[in-house]
Amino acid sequence: MEHVGKFLLFMVSCVLTNNFIFAKFYGICPFLGVSSKVETAMGMGLAVTFVMGLASLFTWAVYQLLAAAGLEYLNTISFILIIAGLVQFVEMFIKKSSPSLYKSLGIYLPLITTNCAVLGVTLVNVQESYGVVYSVFNGIFSALGFMLAIVLMAGVRERLESSKIPECLKGFPISLITAGLMSIAFLGFSGMV
Amino acid sequence: MGKKKLSSVFLNGILTENPTFRLVLGTCPTLAVTTAAVNGIGMGLAATFVLIGSNVVISLLRNVIPSKVRIPAFVVVICTFVTIVQMLMQAFIPSLYESLGLFIPLIVVNCIILARAEAFASKNTVIASAVDGLGMGLGFTLALTLIASIREILGNGSVFGIQLFGESFQPMLLMILPAGGFLTFGLMIGLVNFLSERTAKREG
Repeated sequence: MEHVGKFLLFMVSCVLTNNFIFAKFYGICPFLGVSSKVETAMGMGLAVTFVMGLASLFTWAVYQLLAAAGLEYLNTISFILIIAGLVQFVEMFIKKSSPSLYKSLGIYLPLITTNCAVLGVTLVNVQESYGVVYSVFNGIFSALGFMLAIVLMAGVRERLESSKIPECLKGFPISLITAGLMSIAFLGFSGMV
Repeated sequence: MGKKKLSSVFLNGILTENPTFRLVLGTCPTLAVTTAAVNGIGMGLAATFVLIGSNVVISLLRNVIPSKVRIPAFVVVICTFVTIVQMLMQAFIPSLYESLGLFIPLIVVNCIILARAEAFASKNTVIASAVDGLGMGLGFTLALTLIASIREILGNGSVFGIQLFGESFQPMLLMILPAGGFLTFGLMIGLVNFLSERTAKREG
């Protein structure tokens, strides 16, 4: 029972309290770039979740090998190569299975490689020395937190389209200010864990 | 390449195409490390070093790297320089290393660096690429320091760790929390847009 409780708390903290976007600032580029439509945001969120889960698993295995050989300082370079390979795989998969999603994700799909959320989560796993189960769940639930943020943001932005915004705040500035207000709302969760 | 052109390449990164305010690249470190002015400068200089190094190496190799595998090749070059910076920081300025945390290895995935490699270094000479790296890096450093100073003054009542106000100052804690980062950055871009629109109107 104790384990279950601990695990639930871990999940909540990944998704809400330590939300990747609003609390830790990993993955802001796609958050601002792909959050104009709810549907696209969902697709992006799912792709990132898949990549982050698998990347956590593979990098955990590779880190064990590196640590055994005493080559820990090579972790960044080997992690990024693993991630690039996985993203290539996801890209081919989406291109085959859903060409419309592939089109709307556009340049941001190959750019998942340079999404700091993915490299970030693998490095957090190493830093916190999580075991294989916690690593994978950390990857998946952090990605779900990212997805929650990006989908909420897309919902707000769809409405912003039709509202009157000062000329100089259009585009990035208003999105950032909106994100700031959402981040204040997410502060409310910090008492939970 | 003449002197005049090099200086315009240099100024391009600081003003016309400032990576933070104009191109809005590399937003993650911009928001995350700007809680204190010192961190802003440290992050900016680390990124500048990586930018110059990777631009020079990529420019040297620009005729050797086949275009199909150029992105992975660029990433490996960038990653090498980031690892160098990480080790140097850990050895010589451990306090900064602690406060920047994970965002040092994450310089690898900073879009500015890959974007400059792709857009500039892979097409231009070594000297021009080095100047471009320096200009872009300094533009990034300036922007980070500016945002970080605003947040530190409002959120902590100090700048570079020096207290500016007396005992009675009530700091706006919100400014050094994540929300303050989003708000400051958003308003800063808005201000830059406003100013550039006004100058454009005056000139036109």
